[in-house]
Amino acid sequence: MCLGIPGQIIAISNLAHKLAIVDIGGVRRQINIACIVDEEHPTEACIDDWVLVHVGFAMSRIDQQAAAETLQLLEELVLSELS
Amino acid sequence: MKYVDEFRAPEKATAVLQEIKQLSQEIDRHLKIMEVCGGHTHAIFKYGIEELLPEQIELIHGPGCPVCIMPKGRLDDAIAIAQNPQVIFTTFGDTMRVPGSHTNLLQAKAQGADIRIVYSPLDSLQIAKENPTQEVVFFGLGFETTAPSTALTILQAAAENITNFSMFCNHVLVIPALRALLDQDDLMLNGFIGPGHVSMVIGTDPYEFISQQYDQPIVISGFAPLDILQSIWMLLKQIKENRCQVENQYSRLVAKTGNPIALKAMNQVFDVCETFAWRGLGEIPASGLKIRTEYAQFDAELKFSFPGFRVADHKACKCGEILKGMLKPWECKVFGTACTPETPIGACMVSSEGACAAYYKYGRLSKAEKSKFGNKG
Amino acid sequence: MSGFVTNNLENSAQLRTKGVVRDTHITLAHGSGGKAMGDLIEDIFVQHFDNPILAQLEDQATFDLTHLLQQGDRLAFTTDSYVVDPLFFPGSDIGELAINGTINDLAVSGAKPLYLTCSVILEEGLLVETLRRVVNSMQTAAKKAGVQIVTGDTKVVHRGAVDKLFINTTGIGIIPRGIHISSRNIQPGDRIIVNGELGDHGAAILIARGELALETNILSDCQPLHDLVRTILAVCPQVHAMRDATRGGLATVLNEFAIASAVGIRIEEQYIPVKEAVTGICEILGLDPLYLANEGKIVVVVPSESADLVLSTMRSHPTGKSSAIIGEVTDSPSGIVLLKTAFGTERILDMLAGEQLPRIC
Repeated sequence: MCLGIPGQIIAISNLAHKLAIVDIGGVRRQINIACIVDEEHPTEACIDDWVLVHVGFAMSRIDQQAAAETLQLLEELVLSELS
Repeated sequence: MKYVDEFRAPEKATAVLQEIKQLSQEIDRHLKIMEVCGGHTHAIFKYGIEELLPEQIELIHGPGCPVCIMPKGRLDDAIAIAQNPQVIFTTFGDTMRVPGSHTNLLQAKAQGADIRIVYSPLDSLQIAKENPTQEVVFFGLGFETTAPSTALTILQAAAENITNFSMFCNHVLVIPALRALLDQDDLMLNGFIGPGHVSMVIGTDPYEFISQQYDQPIVISGFAPLDILQSIWMLLKQIKENRCQVENQYSRLVAKTGNPIALKAMNQVFDVCETFAWRGLGEIPASGLKIRTEYAQFDAELKFSFPGFRVADHKACKCGEILKGMLKPWECKVFGTACTPETPIGACMVSSEGACAAYYKYGRLSKAEKSKFGNKG
Repeated sequence: MSGFVTNNLENSAQLRTKGVVRDTHITLAHGSGGKAMGDLIEDIFVQHFDNPILAQLEDQATFDLTHLLQQGDRLAFTTDSYVVDPLFFPGSDIGELAINGTINDLAVSGAKPLYLTCSVILEEGLLVETLRRVVNSMQTAAKKAGVQIVTGDTKVVHRGAVDKLFINTTGIGIIPRGIHISSRNIQPGDRIIVNGELGDHGAAILIARGELALETNILSDCQPLHDLVRTILAVCPQVHAMRDATRGGLATVLNEFAIASAVGIRIEEQYIPVKEAVTGICEILGLDPLYLANEGKIVVVVPSESADLVLSTMRSHPTGKSSAIIGEVTDSPSGIVLLKTAFGTERILDMLAGEQLPRIC
């Protein structure tokens, strides 16, 4: 129930139905992106977005800044251990 | 793979493990931490997380496996629907070997029922469109992570006027289950690792009651080994500092208010059931979803007849205690003997996420045997 | 294998009237033993498989034993059935699979594969063209590998009794003197080597079934491995064990080895080659690539002192470019396979309970 995997949207396949093609490590599938589309970020703007894919739906956009910060926190721990 | 590999890098684990060790020493007492979500249970076993932690930290594998907790009676109902010759029964692969009272979906398929494994409810809808003379039923299950997807599929079916598609709804909710667990007198925990993908949908606000009413810290965690370790570190810091808060380790995917679009779809299509019976935990009020009357034409429970019996758990089954952390899998009398992944008796053995199944598959070697190979990371 | 059978194809051909199949679909008549069946055998099987032994059209194939005994001292004998669906999948098809699969079963004993049989059970209604394609593919594979399909059988059953086309093969080969490969020979200290990336075939089949609506460029790794085995044995005749990692994948073979020789096996995830797309499919569907089927991969267990030489030999062969040493054999825990994860921790790599199914949890 938690099997979700990050992937990148590479194309919009059906604007009206909010369907896109996602690439996950070279594997492609059509997914529904209704959950990540709103007025500020319409369907067409989703190309190149990194999203979490679960059962054929994009459930959330990956916050790249937050991802970097999480990794950085861990990096800083490494550095503080070394010092 | 981007956003995956970086969070599995072993070299980044050393430092956080040191911190965990340090904090454990400072806290200086035995700690029981529960991971709620089956996906976390699976990751913990797959990556051997528990063996990296200091002895005083014990991980308790909670009831967060929506497949495991489905009662036998509901499986019987699903099998009955699947055996209807008009029906093409579609399901996630997880359910195929879950035992009902007499048989399972895999056996029913072998005996001639048209049962097909799908990856997405959208594929099920597609099968309905391609087979207009058959009734296509989708076995909907999962927590709030999956409910928006099935809701959106029903909305799609409604928009396209598909009349031969319906869903057998078995979605369950995490918050009532957590509350039911916390209400148990004999539950002795020091903190929770919260379900990352459920939270992607519901946000972090719904967990506030855990820290405020039950004085338990909770950290919403991602599923990679570094995520889990970082979450344990954050929990230990809370415990050391006497804080009781909802913290979010999975900030790259979880927002405080969750995903409003997903929640809206869920609430549009589903209503909360008065009660739902959880294998191992019993009846939990307001813990399941049912399809609203506005979408009744997509409700398989209205379209088809099925037994609808409540079937009690097996007498020897200790899943309830295991789910609460009172017992370890190997302390159950039938673990590994009558109850194995091939012949599961209870919830904890039925799916690969269940504590007993995970332990049987990945970890049944005794610590003594393993230590011969110097396997400390 | 030249010299002991009269290579008299032209004379043989003149003695009979060549049969031709004009039907578009297989019918029960094609299996009933009469002219329709004769035409089918002539037009499709004999014409494609085209070798002197088969051309005799006897009820059996016969061989001179003296000639066989010059090549070794034991016969290797195997049988397999092929029921794969779909018949044609990315990178290969049921025909090529049948030939290479049988060859590989023989090859892992150290045998030189020589002769195969081909029995088919056809579903009424199968397109003749499909059968032609499959048989053509079998011949291409046989010719490439230097084996001959020398006898066979054809049955047709009514619609629904089989799924399109089932193939059963048997194969014989000769094991050279001094070669003794067995899963019971494995010793603590031995090293374990695979000849390339794992899981391609299993992933390709899953995708080809189309039910999961996933797209990749993964191809089945179906290939004959007897020449690779020959080069390995040339530098290391004392290979202890060898098996091809078909259904159940690497994990199954390793468990079988551990149990057969009552040893422990310890492998390291970071050394196991897996293509990125196969990893991707497994991540999406919740599968483990170590349990996916392969049709062109062997697991070789060699004494530790020979490991580096065998590895470099394998890497120089076209079917072994991505070979890797993935682990070693220990004396305990007996019968258990342990995996050191990429994360540095250790867990059991168990036998598969049943078929691996996609999951969402």
